[in-house]
Amino acid sequence: MTREEIVEAIKDIIATIAPDEDLSNLKHDVRLRDQIALDSMDFLDIVMELRKRYGVQVPEEDYKELATMDGCVNYLYPQLSTKQLKVGV
Amino acid sequence: MSTERQDVIVIGAGMSGLAAAIRLAQFDQRVLVLEQHALPGGLNSFYKRRGRRLDTGLHAMTNFARKGARDAPLTKILRQLRIGHDELALGEQGHSRITLAGLSVRFSNDIALLCAEIEREFPGERDAFARLLECVRSHDPFRPAASFVSARAQLVALGLGPELAEVLLLPILSYGSALEQDAEWNDFVILFRSLFLEGFARPEGGIKRLLDILVARLSERGGVLRRNSTVAAILSGPDGVRGVRLEDGTEIECTHVLSSAGRVETARLAGLPVRTEESGWVTLFEALWILKRPSRELGCMETVHFCCDEPRVPWREPEGRIEPSIGIFCASDNYATQEPPVEGMLRATAIANHDRWCEIDEEAYPIAKRAACDHLADMSARLGLDPRPHAIDSDSFTPRTIRRYTGHARGAVYGSPHKYRDGATPIPRLILIGNDQGLVGITGALLSGITMANLHLLHARAT
Ligand SMILES: Cc1cc2nc3c(=O)[nH]c(=O)nc-3n(C[C@H](O)[C@H](O)[C@H](O)COP(=O)(O)OP(=O)(O)OC[C@H]3O[C@@H](n4cnc5c(N)ncnc54)[C@H](O)[C@@H]3O)c2cc1C
Repeated sequence: MTREEIVEAIKDIIATIAPDEDLSNLKHDVRLRDQIALDSMDFLDIVMELRKRYGVQVPEEDYKELATMDGCVNYLYPQLSTKQLKVGV
Repeated sequence: MSTERQDVIVIGAGMSGLAAAIRLAQFDQRVLVLEQHALPGGLNSFYKRRGRRLDTGLHAMTNFARKGARDAPLTKILRQLRIGHDELALGEQGHSRITLAGLSVRFSNDIALLCAEIEREFPGERDAFARLLECVRSHDPFRPAASFVSARAQLVALGLGPELAEVLLLPILSYGSALEQDAEWNDFVILFRSLFLEGFARPEGGIKRLLDILVARLSERGGVLRRNSTVAAILSGPDGVRGVRLEDGTEIECTHVLSSAGRVETARLAGLPVRTEESGWVTLFEALWILKRPSRELGCMETVHFCCDEPRVPWREPEGRIEPSIGIFCASDNYATQEPPVEGMLRATAIANHDRWCEIDEEAYPIAKRAACDHLADMSARLGLDPRPHAIDSDSFTPRTIRRYTGHARGAVYGSPHKYRDGATPIPRLILIGNDQGLVGITGALLSGITMANLHLLHARAT
């Protein structure tokens, strides 16, 4: 996956969890929680979907790295660059 | 013969069992739901009678929230189960009413109506009610209290007069307190929000719509629902649960069992000591009438009407077969619908005494049922609608029916007065879900299944 594809991967996961949210104008450098209503249960679902779809493990102490879209891409790139994008699963 | 093996077995395809199973299947657990009946739904199921599909329980789905509403429990539940808000096709109530010993207030899904009604009926209580609202909004009811906090005492402490307190307690106790004469303050706050700040709605077409969605989600995710399968025993060894045995002798192995059968019933299945006093006492008599015309055309404007003839709500097991002073009436066609209703439907509920209904013989049983129906019809007539002259069909059921169909000891509908909030049992990996674990009602049971699946299985692995 390229960095753009990782953005798409994250957006697709958020869209499955929160289908009623508009994700078209997400700013990449602003906290996700400040732009869309995600609570801690939703956040854990993002982590679980990452594990299910891509086999990525995110230990609890690293959750803070996933606060913004840029943070997600930077943190996940080393693990996802060799993986294929899966959307709509 | 090789033994079947699952990751998780869920006992019961009621709201809590289906919700838990969907969560687990979604994250690749092999999950099998065992339901003793041919239909899912448990306490909130449906049946066919003379060509009509009738709901067994549904008066109102509480916790109404608009699509995408932030921080709303309904939004949380729908997200966790990956259900779109539109799929449910929720129709909102018009308004409902509480009538207690001559006092009467209306409420709707907009809290402003209740505020205005309280100002009109209780002019001196404006500030006390504002304090209560503030408290209900700011209190965190999901943080367990260190010791029991009585809702009745808390209302007094906030300065509410006894009449207003009882008016508010009537619907709140009716829709979810397993305690006698009171509710835990946290539960009061949760119920107050679900009833008054969020409100009532009904999936178009009734409970079957929700159940169809849940069953479809489960199978799309690879979970299996096996109907007509009664669990006869929960099998365990020194290190915890290892499977179940069905009534026909089949054994199925698994790592976890999530049981919605109830605390006492689950203990019995697992061979643990059983204390029957732990089973709940709240059980119901329910009468329903199909009306020739929509209930609004017959002059009934309320969606739900909570009525109590006594100045203090007698929320306890009644002496006789039913508690004569409390009636809850629901005109279940009084919800916004896409298809306008052609018929009306009035459902009436009374608190009942399970043992009184069981000690009468087969000859007296239908007579007692008729008497209870007439009592509720008379009460409804006093509120403005006597269903009898307009009825094209009617039906009723008792705690005996509820026990027979759900397996809950004493026909309990709100579970044990003592809740097992962490779902834990003395047997490792045997977990309680549903009414006895935590919240009650449809949304409460869904949330129970979701949170227990998360706590015991999913979040434990995510980290
Ligand atoms: C008349 C009535 C009206 C109600 N009205 C409303 C309402 O308007 N709004 C609302 O929110 N709530 C209402 N409720 C309450 C609501 O229905 C319940 O709180 C909720 O459905 C409980 O769900 P549950 O999953 O905890 O348990 P249950 O629904 O009881 O599910 C347990 C399931 O387990 C199965 N089972 C038990 N033992 C076994 C076994 N050994 N093997 C296999 N299967 C087994 C049962 O058959 C059942 O399907 C009403 C209840 C009743 C009875």
